[in-house]
Amino acid sequence: MANGFSLDFEKPIVDLERQIESLRRMAADRELDVESEITPLVAKLADLRREIYRGLTPLQRVQVARHPRRPYSLDYINRIFTDFVELKGDRLFRDDPAIVAGWARLDAQPIIVIGQQKGRDTKENLQRNFGMPHPEGYRKALRLMRMAERFRAPVITLIDTPGAYPGLGAEERGQAEAIARNLEEMAALRTSVIAAVIGEGGSGGALGLGLADRVLMMENAIYSVISPEGCAAILWKDASQKERAAEALRLTAQDLHELGIIDEIVPEPPGGAHTDPDGAANTLAACLESHLGELADVEPEERVRQRAEKYRKIGRIVEG
Amino acid sequence: MAWFRKDRRRRTAQREKLEIPADAWDKCEVCGHVDISEKFERALQVCPGCGYHRRIPGRRYIELLTDAGSFTELFTDMRSADALQFEGYADRLVIAERKAGPQDAMVAGCGTLTGIEINIGAMEFAFMGGSMGSVVGEKVARLADRSVQRSAPLVLVSASGGARMQEGVLSLMQMAKTSAVMARLREAGTPYVSILTNPTTGGVSASYAMQGDVNLAEPGAVIGFAGPRVIKQTIGQDLPKGFQTAEFLVEHGMVDAVVPRPQLRDTTARLLRMMQGLEPAGAAT
Repeated sequence: MANGFSLDFEKPIVDLERQIESLRRMAADRELDVESEITPLVAKLADLRREIYRGLTPLQRVQVARHPRRPYSLDYINRIFTDFVELKGDRLFRDDPAIVAGWARLDAQPIIVIGQQKGRDTKENLQRNFGMPHPEGYRKALRLMRMAERFRAPVITLIDTPGAYPGLGAEERGQAEAIARNLEEMAALRTSVIAAVIGEGGSGGALGLGLADRVLMMENAIYSVISPEGCAAILWKDASQKERAAEALRLTAQDLHELGIIDEIVPEPPGGAHTDPDGAANTLAACLESHLGELADVEPEERVRQRAEKYRKIGRIVEG
Repeated sequence: MAWFRKDRRRRTAQREKLEIPADAWDKCEVCGHVDISEKFERALQVCPGCGYHRRIPGRRYIELLTDAGSFTELFTDMRSADALQFEGYADRLVIAERKAGPQDAMVAGCGTLTGIEINIGAMEFAFMGGSMGSVVGEKVARLADRSVQRSAPLVLVSASGGARMQEGVLSLMQMAKTSAVMARLREAGTPYVSILTNPTTGGVSASYAMQGDVNLAEPGAVIGFAGPRVIKQTIGQDLPKGFQTAEFLVEHGMVDAVVPRPQLRDTTARLLRMMQGLEPAGAAT
């Protein structure tokens, strides 16, 4: 992490990392043994990471969730699954590179995996539209979910999007209809569905892949009805009030767990998933497997009933 | 030479001045057409000049779409809970109730339309921009449940800017909740007519408003996922004329038909009767 992007509050971590690195380099140059000096520093680094990440404010979590070095869907797919064969296109208009999807195996079991995919650099971001899907992306996802149902394979979705794309073509081709249809069809899907929010859960665009039997969230992921910036701009006419909005919206994994909307928080390595993508992928894989196992024995009718029941209960009202 | 001189007489009004109440006349805010208010009212607030559809309260749609005296409002004691203790939300709810009534952003109930039993909900845009929070989601879900249980068609009239952000992710999840009940309704084969009015955007358009067996829209209504302002900001240019209007959506195949307000009742009734395999209204007896 010494090279590349870091967040403000990560600075003490980055400084210490640099210190360790230069010590190592110096030792190598002069052929000295500095392990006895480095070991306590490495321990201190681990403590520092843990400490800083334990006390993150909601807005800092938003920053981590959007971290440009955070593992994206394909990073997880390549680490967690084998035999991945990407399938493209909605068979109606075109392929949407903001969503990647296909067959893969999770510990030998065939599944359909579908994930929103951000770009790692400017060029890839332009191609993938910063992970903001068009209607054809949602329609491709639906096509593959139906295929999963046909071949009795579970569906795993990975959610990581600022939101569904608000543009001319997206509206012309029915962004609202595409998401609405996915929600209705996912509610009735006879195969099991697990959704994992791995980064940004941006409103309806996230939910369009997110109606599931089980919803998991990475520890530093966020899930919200609106971005903190958007919320602040509407409520207080001032996007710089995003800190206030991030707190009010209750968008962290902890918040969503307390509100009963997600089923499990997937712990991230200390310092966030971007510091140890392999570690993050291992934990996520274990979580996915255990939930798949629990869902496997449920009859399709019962599964659909339970799913509907679960969502039917969400909401807080006062009556009488 | 004074023979042609006219006596100056003070001009007095020949006629008695008519007292015209200030509200007897009404002017269309779009085309400027001036007409007596009653004419606007009889046309259900559609401008007799240009056909512009003014916004009307949810309760007017209920009157329009149910037989006289048949409507019973349901779930009247349901109120929003400020589950997140969201800054300023409690106060805004008080103001909204004072302004728009206690029903939150949806009036819900049951009644008949040309004699057939229906469950009906109409959104109240004056209540926090018709935003969907837990109350709207729960009312939609209960109406749909009722429709399944009683095999009675569902009619929903939407007018909403989207999910209510003061309820955070709970409001987002109302999209999932309402979609799940709509899936059940579809499975049961009970008809659902969705009527989209100005505006229907965001979380409502991306859930139940677009899930009707038939989606009807009022002329000129703005319908879309993102609001026009957000799109303009994203693409950095003005939107084409007529973008995201009901007519645009029909052209792009997203809604079934544009139906002027005065024909909504008849169109809805005819559709529901055919979907249920019933005779035309007034055909028998």
